[in-house]
Amino acid sequence: MPGVPDLERVITRIMRDDRGRLMAALVSSLGSFDLAEDGLSEALASALVHWARTGLPSSPQGWLLRVARRKAIDQIRKDTRLQNRRGEMERLAEEDQAAALAAPEDIPDERLRLIFTCCHPALDEKSRVALTLRCLGGLTTGEVARAFLDKEATMGQRLSRARAKIVAAGVPFAVPGPELWDARLNSVLAVLYLIFNAGHVAGTGPQPLRSDLCEEAIFLARMLDALTPEEPEVQGLLALMLTCHARRAARQGAGGTTIALDKQDRGKWDRAMIAEGLDLLERAMSAAQRGPYQLKAAISALHVSAPDAEGTDWRQIVLLYGALLTFEPTAVVRLNCAVALAQAGEPDRALEVTDALAEELDRYQPFHAARAKLLADAGYRAQAETAYARAIALTGNAPDRAYLQKQKRHLLP
Amino acid sequence: MQYMALIYAAPGAGPQPGTPEFDAFMKGYYDATETFKADGVMVAGDALYGPDKATSLRIRGGKSETMDGPFAETKEVLGGYYLFECADLDAALKYAAMIPTAEHGTIEVRPVVSPEDYG
Repeated sequence: MPGVPDLERVITRIMRDDRGRLMAALVSSLGSFDLAEDGLSEALASALVHWARTGLPSSPQGWLLRVARRKAIDQIRKDTRLQNRRGEMERLAEEDQAAALAAPEDIPDERLRLIFTCCHPALDEKSRVALTLRCLGGLTTGEVARAFLDKEATMGQRLSRARAKIVAAGVPFAVPGPELWDARLNSVLAVLYLIFNAGHVAGTGPQPLRSDLCEEAIFLARMLDALTPEEPEVQGLLALMLTCHARRAARQGAGGTTIALDKQDRGKWDRAMIAEGLDLLERAMSAAQRGPYQLKAAISALHVSAPDAEGTDWRQIVLLYGALLTFEPTAVVRLNCAVALAQAGEPDRALEVTDALAEELDRYQPFHAARAKLLADAGYRAQAETAYARAIALTGNAPDRAYLQKQKRHLLP
Repeated sequence: MQYMALIYAAPGAGPQPGTPEFDAFMKGYYDATETFKADGVMVAGDALYGPDKATSLRIRGGKSETMDGPFAETKEVLGGYYLFECADLDAALKYAAMIPTAEHGTIEVRPVVSPEDYG
């Protein structure tokens, strides 16, 4: 039997799509993140050898699962630190027998339990994000490290600390019950949104855009949507991501300058992705359970549905920000609301709102950039100049700094 | 699994003795303890006297030294504890949230090391 051409690519592909499913099934069966992780890496190494020789098995996922489980059984047998687990070897061997007869679609889908475990509030936020990317996304430890601009070794230690805490602290591998559902789902949504924003938010980082992280977040949000049908906030989050990511090709100019929404070439927006986002949002809203992600998606939807900046329904956007403030009474939401107010024809009220935020957002680059523009538009040249200077000082990437410097130079006398 | 809920609060924070709020606070402790017992999770639980009644001990060079009070001045001090027997961390956190001091102090939930964790 011939080997598989391009085997590494095939394996990468399988892991991209099914890493979460395999990890979840292994954690569920082995009761240990470490055994699952080590077993799966060994199974992958083994696949490279075997599949090159004998071709792809009928169910590559089923093959990986069995081999990973056997590697773990081996480890329990050999490692004296695991001797307390030896009582379980019989059960694991039985599961192995059962798996031998199972078709690929019979692999139980435990991903929802895995998502809730990785995003458990007992872990610190960065660890939740890292663990989710590592266990459910297809990212290697090195790729997770790059997403955080961390060293691979540092990230490896963080991941292993998080796994150790899950075991020692008894973080349950379970879908939370109804009394915890809302709070815990929010924790999962926050993690996915952080991943998305790490890719989407330009302006202050050395690397303006990370489309790969946005796509990872969308992949994970789609997975969550499939696993929790008709959860309006999950649909809202996915709609928000899609309507934002649809603008990716228009968000950066030559040299990586960020292009503001009102200056973007709307012909470059991904219409199919926008349509999918709008459709999802409509389904979410039909449940009539308002939530912050649906509101953010609704704001984003108004932007992408408008013919141009002037034709945007800014009044409606101001109202939506007002509703969002009841869920997230934060300075950043107030700032966005102020920008919308100015667009809706109330520049003085917009400046009043930003004045009140000056202290709290003093170190927040977008605050000074937005305020500079508000001041410039309202004709306060000297104050606008100061605000631009502050924004420039806080801007991490060169193209955006250059753009702001140009805006500052071109202030009308 | 066993979890110890360590109850920390700043001295003088929360309801003060002699006020109606304090009576409600103590009743809160009584009710919480009853719930822990009724749900079968209570292993132990006590209030502790403050750091001003503490004696610290250490052995240096084979000699025992004692000292009045704890070493480090900390904002929040340990005021008591519960020891719970629970299925997992979510259950332990659910019971920890019923401890009245959580309203103004901090409940630190620590898993207890069991003999088999030593391997």
